[in-house]
Amino acid sequence: MSIVRVPTQLRSLTGGLAELDVDGSTVGEILGKIDAQFPGLGERIFDEHGALRRFVNVFLADEDVRFLEGLETPVKEGQVLSIVPAVAGGTD
Amino acid sequence: MAFVQSLKCRECHKTYPIEALHVCEFCFGPLEVAYDYEGIAASISREKIASGPNTIWRYADLLPVDGTDYVSLGVGFTPLVKARTLGDELGLPNLWLKNDTVNPTGSFKDRVVSVALSKARELGLKVAACASTGNLANSVAAHAAWAGMESYVFIPANLEKAKIITTSIFGGNVIAIEGNYDDVNRLCAELASEEPTWAFVNVNVRAYYSEGSKTLAYEVAEQLGWKAPDHVIVPVGSGSQLTKIHKGFNELYKVGLLDEEPHVRISGAQAEGCSPVATAFASGQDYVRPVKPNTIAKSLAIGNPADGFYALEVVRKSGGSFGSVTDEEIIEGMGLLARTEGIFAETAGGVTIATLVKLAKEGVVRPEETVVAYITGNGLKTVEALEDSQGPTYVIKPTLEAFAEVYESKRSNQ
Repeated sequence: MSIVRVPTQLRSLTGGLAELDVDGSTVGEILGKIDAQFPGLGERIFDEHGALRRFVNVFLADEDVRFLEGLETPVKEGQVLSIVPAVAGGTD
Repeated sequence: MAFVQSLKCRECHKTYPIEALHVCEFCFGPLEVAYDYEGIAASISREKIASGPNTIWRYADLLPVDGTDYVSLGVGFTPLVKARTLGDELGLPNLWLKNDTVNPTGSFKDRVVSVALSKARELGLKVAACASTGNLANSVAAHAAWAGMESYVFIPANLEKAKIITTSIFGGNVIAIEGNYDDVNRLCAELASEEPTWAFVNVNVRAYYSEGSKTLAYEVAEQLGWKAPDHVIVPVGSGSQLTKIHKGFNELYKVGLLDEEPHVRISGAQAEGCSPVATAFASGQDYVRPVKPNTIAKSLAIGNPADGFYALEVVRKSGGSFGSVTDEEIIEGMGLLARTEGIFAETAGGVTIATLVKLAKEGVVRPEETVVAYITGNGLKTVEALEDSQGPTYVIKPTLEAFAEVYESKRSNQ
């Protein structure tokens, strides 16, 4: 079981839940499962080619999955997956 | 003023009310302020601006804040100086420097913070917060102190000591994170979901905040006698400042303050140790691939710049270019600027000047162009970067003979 953190912008689809417990062995599998559980969530985070949308960042144990193996990244038991909208910092 | 219509998603154009929102609920695209430009055009004039305060608030009609009760330490309207010596050295007779090192807390961040916290107060938000590489932390802490707001600023723990001290002195909460800026940013993006009554200036009130950077374009055009320059060089961290400078010049024409439609070439400057946007430009890609930053230009050390895509688009469409420079070149750039123009800029300024040197040599920046380089932060903030390269010219005993000796040797070497 892994924990998925849901940003405010998606909580209207999860019945207000900020954290979900999901089983799955890769990032893609876990995100696919929450889409099945909460219809509509998938189209918010994936583009028409099934890739993560440009403004969606997914972090596994605080590391951007784009630095890992993307949606193929293996997920270990108990790891935390965070969905975070991209916000630029402001150069400084 | 009353010219703000709504927030609008830059990607899917869905509109939202004027609240502390920054992300489109549907496509996660960034939200931007939509204005009634006809209303602004009817209200604004060069004379009205000239009779306004010597701050960014002289352009209030073009900024997203109601009323006149601004949170401001006296921000903006900084000097635009003709760079004669540096221009001679680079073969650019019409080179100008926008000197934002002299803002109240020493960087252009005062512009965006003044707008963000004025808006935050209007929206009834009580706590000022930010994710920062230092300059923003300085400015948020100072403006919050002035406005009597509580503040929480989040910074990477390995920041320059000067930037930590110059933030904590203002008495707010400084939270140093064991990680890089992108880690800090990610944490703040998550925290903004949990603390909706806080004004995270560069997260949930970012749509208003980033508008402050437009004043960098307004001032330059006004200071050039209501003319847009031909080419500007802008340092790129998140990419937000670059896109807003572009927007600023275009807006001036749209509301009738410029006689001719501006065609400003916009070039971006990055440090080689963190150059995701410059790399995408050079390789002709649309996608900005995140990197792990490693550069002395810590104020630009954003490995995953969310406005990178837009900055890339602006630079390409404007006919500009990108340059990236090494840490050594950054230090040389800081020295060159100080030596020729008497301006002490932080490492980001070194990035801008070193990139300008490079683009001038390559013929990308051309002698017939009116060129403006944006110098956005003060050198006193990053003296650590210069510890190995700067020091006294001579160390001598307190005697006339000792001085005569070094003076003679100096003269004979000239």
